[in-house]
Amino acid sequence: MSDNSLFAGIDIGSSFTKAILINAEKKVVGLSVVHSGINLRDAAYKALEESLSTEKKKNQVKNIVTTGFGRKNAHLEDFSISNITEISCSAKAAKYLYPKDDITIIDIGGQDTKIIKIKGGKRFSFKMNRKCAAGTGTFLEELALKLRIDLKELNHLGEQSRNPVKISSYCTVFAGTEILSRIREGAKVEDMVRGAFYSIVNRVIEIDSLDNRVVLTGGVIAHNPVIVNIFEELLGKSVSVPQSPQSFVALGAAIYANEGQNK
Amino acid sequence: MTPENEIKSAHELRKIATEYYQNLDKASKDPRKNIAWCSSVGPAELLLAFDYNVYYPENHTAILGASRSANKYIPVAVAQGYSPEICSYLTSDIGAYIKKETGLKRAYGIEKVPKPDILIYNTNQCRDVQDWFKYYAKEFQVPILGINSPTFIDELSNTHVKTVEEQIKKISETLEKITDQSFERKKLELRLQLSLECSNKWNSVLETASSIPSPLTFFDGCIHMLPAVVLRGTEIAVEYYDKLEQELKLRIENGIAAVVEESFRCFWEGMPIWGKLRALSNQFSELKTCIVASTYCNSWIFSDFNPQEPFRSMAKAYTELFINRSESSKEKYLKKMMDKFSVDGMIYHNARTCPNNSNTNYGMPKRLQNQTGIPSLQIDADLNDLNVYSEEQTKTNIEAFIEQLAGI
Ligand code: SF4
Repeated sequence: MSDNSLFAGIDIGSSFTKAILINAEKKVVGLSVVHSGINLRDAAYKALEESLSTEKKKNQVKNIVTTGFGRKNAHLEDFSISNITEISCSAKAAKYLYPKDDITIIDIGGQDTKIIKIKGGKRFSFKMNRKCAAGTGTFLEELALKLRIDLKELNHLGEQSRNPVKISSYCTVFAGTEILSRIREGAKVEDMVRGAFYSIVNRVIEIDSLDNRVVLTGGVIAHNPVIVNIFEELLGKSVSVPQSPQSFVALGAAIYANEGQNK
Repeated sequence: MTPENEIKSAHELRKIATEYYQNLDKASKDPRKNIAWCSSVGPAELLLAFDYNVYYPENHTAILGASRSANKYIPVAVAQGYSPEICSYLTSDIGAYIKKETGLKRAYGIEKVPKPDILIYNTNQCRDVQDWFKYYAKEFQVPILGINSPTFIDELSNTHVKTVEEQIKKISETLEKITDQSFERKKLELRLQLSLECSNKWNSVLETASSIPSPLTFFDGCIHMLPAVVLRGTEIAVEYYDKLEQELKLRIENGIAAVVEESFRCFWEGMPIWGKLRALSNQFSELKTCIVASTYCNSWIFSDFNPQEPFRSMAKAYTELFINRSESSKEKYLKKMMDKFSVDGMIYHNARTCPNNSNTNYGMPKRLQNQTGIPSLQIDADLNDLNVYSEEQTKTNIEAFIEQLAGI
């Protein structure tokens, strides 16, 4: 293996495509996030290109592992490429970053939330939210739409709230109506927003027991760090957040690429 | 399954199924013949002893599921006030009836389901069958009889068996009146003998899957179970399973695997997802995983039939069904099966509209995983209602599960 070899992990999600580039020593040397759009192959290509800087060339990329929703749609000619599910990639990244621990990964994505457990260095189980958007990013999108605020403002508003409003509906659609009623009753927007974050965390807590080292990942965490505090409050313990929670899965894929893992 | 390793008896099965439905169709047009509709584990042997031609609505509705037409009919029944959350066998079947359509047309060229002269159910599987059959009793203005079975049984007791035995005896008396025909014990003994042979043979067929590699999959089982479901109590079923067993044993001798390069063996707990049988079978094959056994296909094994004690043994066999048992007795059974079939992973189908035949709701997968160390995957779907099934998510989950078994 020559010293300048590079390995890419590309996580092609339904909304965003994330690429991570690592070198032979598994050090992250490039990272990018692009919109997935409709052409997933193009998105994967773009993400890969953006993760390469001028001095790092495509021909240094020795191996690519794609993952995520569009993992089987990215036929990047000229590259050695294979695909592995996002669940395995998440577990891989966690084992790499926290090699000594038993881990519970919580990945909150746009449409689904996954809980993956690692015990004794092995994947033990994984669970997903039931067929419903409660406890996922969609819940926040619906909230922003109902309150006519930008998604980017949610975290800031959530941090300001002192008196979060309890949202009891599980259902994203019903919660929308509940939110409007509370606002009409005089609830403050920031309290509604923080209430929605609590709602997400409560739904996630119901999916599985959250024991051992809890690691929070996914786009929702990346954009709304306020959720981390709520998890810590409700779990009564501190939780870990990797450096790039949104690109955690891509990191796992890149490590597989580095290790030459193939199915 | 590739053309080279496909099960040859499937051709014969097709013939048997066609003849079964065509005979029913003929019988429904013959005023001298009587037709009984029976729930899948209702007292079919007794009905046969009274010369009824027996039709099973559950098989009909599974045809609607397998042909992916159920979702056309479910809303029709829902509009009549049936909740979309209750048994989608019921809603598909009643919906098709209201629309005056049948799955038998495309499958066997038959225009109408055979009109019943009597309906008979057993609540050993659920209460839904009772409501389902009552709808038709009213529609066709025909008598309806039922067995109300004790449920969630831990150890089957004499009291359990006695309650059911007495009900079957009463049904027999009622049938004597309805048919104006006296009960002939010899006829029932013969039917039970044939059902017992069918059941034993079916069991042997399913047990061939304990060989490594397995000569058949759960998905094959879902197809080949038809005679055990609709033709138990007849020679046709016994002969069919005799041949099938021979074919499978030959496959074992010749090392022909149902899944080429079988690397993982899983158990399927719960109902089939009828409309996705082929897609799932293909996905598991690609992942070199054989679903070797299931609680579903095994539900038609009635080893307790005994012609010497007809009523008592029927009561016992119908009541000790897996679906009808307590959590702990189900767990014991599943552990035995995991061992017998050398299972690497458990797949639990949580069927949205059949909580009766879903075992994910009271913590069983986690408990069994902790006890056995065998990992499990839960699939949220349904037997017939594909609107509650997220195919992409499920595919990824299955793939991730097999990656987990592979230690990736
Ligand atoms: S057991 Fe389930 S699928 Fe069968 S009739 Fe009852 S509710 Fe329907």
